[in-house]
Amino acid sequence: MYKITRVEHLVDKDWLMDVEAPYVARKAEPGQFMIAKLGELGERIPLTIADYDKEKGTITIVFQVVGASTEKFSHLQVGDYFTDIVGPLGRPSELVELSPEELKKENLIFIAGGVGAAPVYPQVKWLHERGIEADVILGARNKDLLIMEEELRSVAKNVYVTTDDGSYGAKGVVTDVLKKLVNEEGKKYTRCIAIGPVIMMKFAALTTKELGIPTIVSMNPIMIDGTGMCGACRLVVGDQVKFACVDGPEFDGHLVDFNLAMKRQQTYKAEEGKALLELLEAEKSHGGCGNCN
Amino acid sequence: MANMMKRVPVAEQEPKVRAKNFEEVCLGYSDAEAKEEADRCLNCKNPKCVVGCPVSIQINDFITQIKEGNIEKAADIIAESSALPAVCGRVCPQETQCEGVCIRGIKGEPVSIGKLERYVADWAREHNYVAAKAGTPNGKKVAVIGAGPSGLTCAGDLAKLGYDVTIFEAFHEPGGVLQYGIPEFRLPKTRVVGPEIENVRKLGVKILTNVFVGRSITVDELLEDEGFDAVFLGTGAGLPKFMNIPGETANGVYSANEFLTRNNLMKAYREDSDTPMKAGKKVVVVGGGNVAMDAARTALRLGAEVHVVYRRSEAELPARVEEVHHAKEEGIIFDLLQNPVEILVDENDWVTGIRVIKMELGEPDSSGRRRPVEIPGSEYVIDCDTVIMSLGTSPNPLISETTKGLDTNRRGCIIAKEENGETTKQAVYAGGDAVTGAATVILAMGAGKAAAKGIHEYLSNK
Repeated sequence: MYKITRVEHLVDKDWLMDVEAPYVARKAEPGQFMIAKLGELGERIPLTIADYDKEKGTITIVFQVVGASTEKFSHLQVGDYFTDIVGPLGRPSELVELSPEELKKENLIFIAGGVGAAPVYPQVKWLHERGIEADVILGARNKDLLIMEEELRSVAKNVYVTTDDGSYGAKGVVTDVLKKLVNEEGKKYTRCIAIGPVIMMKFAALTTKELGIPTIVSMNPIMIDGTGMCGACRLVVGDQVKFACVDGPEFDGHLVDFNLAMKRQQTYKAEEGKALLELLEAEKSHGGCGNCN
Repeated sequence: MANMMKRVPVAEQEPKVRAKNFEEVCLGYSDAEAKEEADRCLNCKNPKCVVGCPVSIQINDFITQIKEGNIEKAADIIAESSALPAVCGRVCPQETQCEGVCIRGIKGEPVSIGKLERYVADWAREHNYVAAKAGTPNGKKVAVIGAGPSGLTCAGDLAKLGYDVTIFEAFHEPGGVLQYGIPEFRLPKTRVVGPEIENVRKLGVKILTNVFVGRSITVDELLEDEGFDAVFLGTGAGLPKFMNIPGETANGVYSANEFLTRNNLMKAYREDSDTPMKAGKKVVVVGGGNVAMDAARTALRLGAEVHVVYRRSEAELPARVEEVHHAKEEGIIFDLLQNPVEILVDENDWVTGIRVIKMELGEPDSSGRRRPVEIPGSEYVIDCDTVIMSLGTSPNPLISETTKGLDTNRRGCIIAKEENGETTKQAVYAGGDAVTGAATVILAMGAGKAAAKGIHEYLSNK
C-alpha cells in the first residue's frame, strides 16, 4: 500500500498528489513514468512522475481525469492509499545521458501543452540543478487550464505562456510562439522537447522540422504492464514498431507516426466513456435517467 | 475387475456449458477414482516416470501411498521435489514426460499421473495440510527475481535449506505466467494458484510485489548494497513477437500476452473489473501453441466465434493434444495450413479481416517438422474484427542491459549452465524462460530447482 501525503486540485480535471513510493522515488529520473492501481480489481494506469524526493521516498504525480479509474483517483485524500505503484518505468530522457560538457553546448526549448507541463517540469528542474537554463513554452486552452506555471518559472530561463483564447499570455498555439522566437527574435535552439496532447506534439514536430530543430516527444499510449509484456503501447517510429513502455516513452518527434498513435488511443474510448458515465451516475443518481445531473 | 488397460476417466464440465463460463474445465478425481487409478500403477523397480519428470518426483512412491490411503504421505513425497503440485498436475505436458514413458502405456493407457498429482495437491489444500517445512536459518540471503514457476521453485527449495529468501516481482500479484498467462478455466487463481504461493510464503519466503528489477533496483545493487549473497534470475520471456505484416498496429490486433493479461491478471472478464476488454464478435488467433489455445478459448468464453490460423497441419500443432481436443470440443474452428499476409482495416484503422495464404508441407526443416510452403495464388480473406497474435515471446533485455557482466546469447536469452544455473556473473544464477526462451512451467521449475542446488553449493563453499 502506498500512502498519499498531499493532494492538490490544480485546475479543472487536473490533480496533483504526493505518494510514498520509495522504490520509485529512489531511482526516478526525468522522462520516466510509473503505474498506479487502486483496488484489487483496479486498472493499471500509467502516470507522469512530476517530481520526486529521494530523501523522503515520495513521488509527485499529476493526472487528468479521463475515465472511471482517474475519476476514482481524484476522490482520494491525504492518508488514503494506492493499492499498487510500480516504477520508475521507461527510459530516462536522452538529456540525462549527456555529459555536462555536451549539455552546456545545448540551447533547449521545451514545449508543454496542458497536463504535459507536469512531465516537463522535472526535466527543466534537473537541468536547472546542473546550471543549465532552458526556455519553456507553456500552452493551454485558456487561463483556467494552465498548470505548473510557478514551478516552471522557478527553474526555467524564460517561460512563454500562450492560451488558445488569449485569456492569459499570448493568444494562439504553442507553435506560433516557437516560430516567433526563432524567426523574429533570432533564437537558436539546438533541441526541442515537446510534451502534451498527441495532436499538439504532432504539430510541434511539424514546425520544428521546418525550423530544423531536432525534437523529442513523450508518448503516453494505452498500456497494461508497462514492462514490455503486452505490446498494447506499440507505435510506429520511422519504419519500426516500438513499445512506448520499454523503448520510450521519449522518441524522435520527426519519426513518430502521430496519426496512428491518435487512432490507437481510441481503442477503448466507448468502454471508458461508459464506465465513467456509470460511475458518475452512481455518485449523483437521484432516481432519474442520470444524464441531467 | 476393472479394465486395467484403460485409465479411470476424469469428470469434466460439458463442452457446451463450459464454453460460456470461466470455471475450471477438469473437475478432478474423487477419492474412489483416485484409488482406482492408483491401483493401475505397477510400482516398477526401475520407475521410468521419475526419470521423465523434470523435477524428479518419486512418482511410484506417492502413488503407492494413494493406494494405501495415506494421502498426507503422498503429499510429503511430492513436496520433496515440487513446490507447485496443484499447478503441475493441471498444466504439465505429462504425455511427453512421466506418462510418456509409463510402462502401462506400452500395451494400454499410461497411468494418469498428472491427475493423481493434482488429486493429492487438492486434497492437501482442502485439508489444510502443509507438507514442506522450512530449514534451520543459515543466515545467508538470496534474492529471487520474478515470482513465476522457476522463481517460486528456487525460492522454496532454498528456504527448505535454511536460506533467507526474498522474491522481487514486477507485477502486483505473484505467480508470473500462472497469474497473467494461463486462464482461470485451466488454472483457478484464487482456489489453486493463491494457496500454492501461500505455501511458499509459509516456508519463510518474502515476496515483494511492484518491484521491477532493472528499473526499481538493479541486480548489482542487490548484491553490493542490499546484502544479498546470491541472486536467481527467473524473469521469464515476456516480450511478445509480432509478424511484421501490414495492418498489425491496427485497433483490434492484440498480442496473446495483452489479451490474456487483460483477462487473467486484470480479470477483465469480470463485470467488477476496471480494466476494459473488447471481446470481438469474430476472432482470429494466429499460432498453434498452448498460449494460442488459451487465447482462443478465452475469446470463445467472451462470446466470440473463434478461428485458429496455423501455418502447418494438425500433426505439427505445438499445443498439448488435450488442449487442442478441449478447444475443438468447445467449438473453436481450426484453419490449418494457412498463413496471414496482411491485416485489413477500415478508415479508422479498425480490423475488418485478415488475408491469408494457403500452405502445403514440404521437406523437413531444422526443427524436424515439415516446412510449410506457400501455394501461389491461394490467398483469401477471413472477415474478423479481432486478431490475436500468438507467435511466442522472448526475454526482456532489461536485466542483462542493467547488470554488469551478465551475458546473453544472440536470441537475448541469459547464458546459464543447465546443471546448476550458473551465469557469466559470479553469484548470479538464472533459469526458466529467461534462459531457454518460451517453454513450459515444469521445465522452468526444473531449472529453478537446479539453480537452488547450484546456489547452495556456491554459498556452502564460499
